[in-house]
Amino acid sequence: MVCREVIRKLSEYLDGNLDPALARELARHLEHCEDCRLVVDTTRKTIELYCNAEPAPLPDELRQRLNRAVAEKLRGNL
Amino acid sequence: MVAHLDNETELVAEAQAGNVECLLTLLNHYYTHLYRVALNITGNREDAEDVLQEVSLKTCTHLGEFRGDSRFYTWLVRITVNEALMRLRVRHTATWLSLDQPLETDERSLMPREIEDWGDNPEQRYAKSELQTILDRAVEGLEPQFRTVFLLRDVEEFSMEETASMLGLSVSAVKSRLLRARLKLRQRLNTHLKKGQYIGLQRSNSEAV
Repeated sequence: MVCREVIRKLSEYLDGNLDPALARELARHLEHCEDCRLVVDTTRKTIELYCNAEPAPLPDELRQRLNRAVAEKLRGNL
Repeated sequence: MVAHLDNETELVAEAQAGNVECLLTLLNHYYTHLYRVALNITGNREDAEDVLQEVSLKTCTHLGEFRGDSRFYTWLVRITVNEALMRLRVRHTATWLSLDQPLETDERSLMPREIEDWGDNPEQRYAKSELQTILDRAVEGLEPQFRTVFLLRDVEEFSMEETASMLGLSVSAVKSRLLRARLKLRQRLNTHLKKGQYIGLQRSNSEAV
């Protein structure tokens, strides 16, 4: 497997969705290609950082406005 | 990943029967995530707030149509994505590139540049709020077509199929955009996270001036 193919298959490899034979071939490539190994590691880290980030809290004023709008809308529907 | 309410099915049933408090409980539990979705797609606070207002009202109007085929949260995200994309299209009518339009296909542009070791736990070099700002700025800089796919798949953790269905794209288009989005973000974060490097926001701001 060449570097270009590693990059093409990177997402499926990280998601664990790559065909097992191809995944083994890719892992063998990583053993001797430091550049690809770094790309795989740093892309995995990128995903982790975003996945673990907590969403910013909703502004209180907005939450109150939304709740008022819902309550008014439903009372209007009754 | 979003935490779901244990009694969600009961709350939805009560809300559909007209219990306002139950609907408010559901919405308030998910608002923060819906806000992140809206903010990431529209790219600005004002539009995201308008999107949430519209989502709340549409939830009231269409609540009876929810049949429980998906999680309630998935249903809410679908409404949010539709509203946010509509706003994005209105704002960018002149330059809007349709979400289903083919994007760059040149494989050479995929090949990563700036390949460096980040070391273990590079995020620990930053205060939590500083890291969050770095992450936000990197994702804001992506084209909407990429950041929307990345957000739904990697941040909100919807499946490829759910993401494709929400965006009206084929699964192969989602896969291709996700790969590019991940590589673009990796590249953007590299400046801050590479080993032995601390580029705090103050320093990078002053360098930019």
